[in-house]
Amino acid sequence: MSHVSITVNGKTYQNDVEPRLLLVHYVRDVLGLTGTHIGCDTSQCGACTVLIDGESVKACTVFAVQANGTSIKTIEGLATNGQLHPVQEGFWEEHGLQCGFCTPGMILSVVQLLERNPDPSEAEIRHAIEGNLCRCTGYHNIVKAVQYAAKKLQSGAVPSAAR
Amino acid sequence: MAVSKIFGAAVKRREDPRLITGRATYTDDVKLPNLAYVAFVRSPHAHARITRIDVSRAQSAPGVVAVVTGQDLVGKVNGIPTAWLIPNSDLKTPTHPAIAVDTVRYVGDAVAAVVAESRAAASDATELVDVEYDPLPVVVDQEKATQPGAPQLHPDVPNNVAFRWTAKGGDVDAAFRAAEVTIKQRLINQRLIPNAIETRNTVAQYNPGTGDLTVTITSQNPHIHRFLLSVILGLPEHRIRVVAPEVGGGFGSKIHCYPEEAVASFLAIQLDRPIKWTEDRRENYLATIHGRDHITDLELAAKRDGTILGIRGRTYANLGAYLSTAAPGIPTILHGLMMTGPYQIAAQDYEVVGVFTNTTPVDAYRGAGRPEATYAVERLVDLLAAEIKLDPVEIRRKNFIPKSAFPHTVASGLVYDSGDYDAALDKALQMVNYQQFRSEQAAARQKGRYLGIGFSTYVEICGLGPSAVAGAVGFQGGLWDNANVRIHPSGKATVFTGTSPHGQGEETTFAQIVAEELGLPLDDIEVVHGDTARIAMGWGTYGSRSTAVGGSAMVLAARKVKEKARIIAAHLLEASPEDIEFVNGRFQVKGVPERSKSIQDIALMANLAWNMPKGIEPGLEESSFFDPSNFVYPFGTHVAIVEIDPGTGVVKLVRYVAVDDCGIVINPKIVDGQVHGGVAQGVAQALWEAAVYDANGQLLTGSLMDYAIPTAEVLPSIETARTETPSPVNPLGLKGVGETGTIASTPAVVNAVVDALAPLGVRHVDMPLTPEKIWRLLPKA
Repeated sequence: MSHVSITVNGKTYQNDVEPRLLLVHYVRDVLGLTGTHIGCDTSQCGACTVLIDGESVKACTVFAVQANGTSIKTIEGLATNGQLHPVQEGFWEEHGLQCGFCTPGMILSVVQLLERNPDPSEAEIRHAIEGNLCRCTGYHNIVKAVQYAAKKLQSGAVPSAAR
Repeated sequence: MAVSKIFGAAVKRREDPRLITGRATYTDDVKLPNLAYVAFVRSPHAHARITRIDVSRAQSAPGVVAVVTGQDLVGKVNGIPTAWLIPNSDLKTPTHPAIAVDTVRYVGDAVAAVVAESRAAASDATELVDVEYDPLPVVVDQEKATQPGAPQLHPDVPNNVAFRWTAKGGDVDAAFRAAEVTIKQRLINQRLIPNAIETRNTVAQYNPGTGDLTVTITSQNPHIHRFLLSVILGLPEHRIRVVAPEVGGGFGSKIHCYPEEAVASFLAIQLDRPIKWTEDRRENYLATIHGRDHITDLELAAKRDGTILGIRGRTYANLGAYLSTAAPGIPTILHGLMMTGPYQIAAQDYEVVGVFTNTTPVDAYRGAGRPEATYAVERLVDLLAAEIKLDPVEIRRKNFIPKSAFPHTVASGLVYDSGDYDAALDKALQMVNYQQFRSEQAAARQKGRYLGIGFSTYVEICGLGPSAVAGAVGFQGGLWDNANVRIHPSGKATVFTGTSPHGQGEETTFAQIVAEELGLPLDDIEVVHGDTARIAMGWGTYGSRSTAVGGSAMVLAARKVKEKARIIAAHLLEASPEDIEFVNGRFQVKGVPERSKSIQDIALMANLAWNMPKGIEPGLEESSFFDPSNFVYPFGTHVAIVEIDPGTGVVKLVRYVAVDDCGIVINPKIVDGQVHGGVAQGVAQALWEAAVYDANGQLLTGSLMDYAIPTAEVLPSIETARTETPSPVNPLGLKGVGETGTIASTPAVVNAVVDALAPLGVRHVDMPLTPEKIWRLLPKA
């Protein structure tokens, strides 16, 4: 067992974990944060995407021990004080999800995209999310959701509360 | 009816807040005290005798609770049944043991199950189960499997033929005798893998004190799962509760009752511990059903002017190693009856041969039989147009069933409910600016560019369906559905549906239906689904049936509530019920708005029952069991515009236009979303996806690294539009839209690519149209 200290959604956790434990299993099974999903076993689908120190990472490609000392954000930590993040809001407004299984990972990838590129073209959006697979939407409304969020973030408007 | 903006409005989905914040509960998120985990040992051979299984090393591995083999289940767990016994086909239903007993028949066939204290321990120990196999000859190609000398999968199924079924109508021989031109083509509709992003999972819990088994399953139809589990486990149906929590996509693959669900349930009872099974993606490729896989020879008889006289042919449908739940019905009832498409073709003679092979079982994948029919018909029509040098649009118009001819009986005997095929085609032509495109294409060809346009004018059968027809075609279930509308004392409502949406948004659309009908605020209506303990009965979500059948039940239940409320309102207002009108959610004496009661007032009084009209029972709750009089037949025109890279053979989808008619639309945002996703899957079959087996029955495309489901980068935005032709077979005029995109889009893309390559003399290319395949057809510099 190895000891890890990892901050997740602002709270620091101390755990002894098996060295082979993947970060995604740590988040889901040890911390009980089941909003992060597992869709494959070859790091293709992106359903397990989280932010590690602000960078989007597929949590199935990282051992929990490798995340020792980092600060992680999962989907559960994205909304603040009940206010949806503009990206979450965009997915809701533009019907950017259907079954919702890929959505948490997709949203976190988009959060990083918009931090790096606040005004992406459609091609840039499509390129940025190609590591996240969605089987329901054909990506059409996901692109619109990203555009909505980009506009919202650029306008500097405070995200409106959930209807 | 109250004037309302709710029905037909692009209301945001009420499902979304929990999904975008990570607060939804999918099956794999369920944790129970004392939970143990099961993992399966799977055959690496496509066909072999099991000569010995030694579980002793696995049994003594750390954390292992139990190991069971197929032998351990004999007499305790019945075979996995098929639930679609198509008549007049000499259907064979060989036993499908939940875990193989002496023979494995496909790579992935389970041979043992290991239960351990953790998923990792269970998985580790599967490698310690020693299985000795004696390999047998393998056959993966369904046509070869029927030939003399082919390896035999089941002792009681000669030549591996599971059934021979024919759909015949009109005089085909006369049609071909009268033909001035005939078109003949072999078409391969390749095998696909559904790939819902959530794999299949099960959590089973048994209470020996009550005898109650609760099974949480990634299911599209919990009541069907309950029924089949009771058969497999020999447990009374009322002692089983099946829950479908949040389900992460299905596309048909979560309809079926699978061995793992039965084994997990059995182990929960045997071991007196809750058991969880989590499928990994690799298992999903091997152990969850596949779709399509047809080899079709088809012939069209026509006159020189393009009038189509008849269609005949045969399909070899690969069923895999065993009959999955709905398998026999997919390439027959949902396919073979639709072989005349939207056209007036007076005669058809079409045989489907269902064949066992050493591959993963094949069953319903989005569209389920109808994409294969549409692909075949739309390709043949294009081939005919090319042969007689008629524009592909003109040949379609010439043969369309005219608007005036509905309801229309087609050669197979089906009765299409309603349609206006020209209107959808006209709209699509306008959107793509067809004539201008043809000029651009001609100019581009001069410059050596390969630009193509492809049409798919489709019609499909969905909204499954009238139960009497289900029975007549051998479906071992009903196809009606159930809704219950319950108004609480405070005027809030809980409504229950027997359908089981898993991404389609019916929590929102059904709330819209009830809000419209009863004048309740949308947010005052809770829609409950996916739990056999909460919903009396229902047949689930597949075949684009939820809204057409379940939504119809919902509106009828709401109308019953409204009628009862009207009687109570009349009593309280001291008027006769005929003098009460319902305006903006209030029951009022005609012409006297000040003498009125809100639906909430009535709900309170009905639940208190202090002052009820004579003969009226307390409470405000009604059910409907709606059985439609016919299927519904959505239709439309899809158009693909492609350009081929002359250097690499890469097909670029430049534009995609979808004009669909799914009857009356409740929520356009949701309908558009269904079309987008459906189109993506159909385009993917045309261009990228294929399940490939080698001759030994090894799946070569067994992971997301090898099987090409589309990413955002390879798809374009999709332009959607609609015409609205109500269906006469249900109270709201609904059709269905869950599968139209997948059904329509595949031939549109292939027709476009063939059109692009037409100057090279290309008449047909089998899917998927990979760059290599296309590059080989291009002239080399």
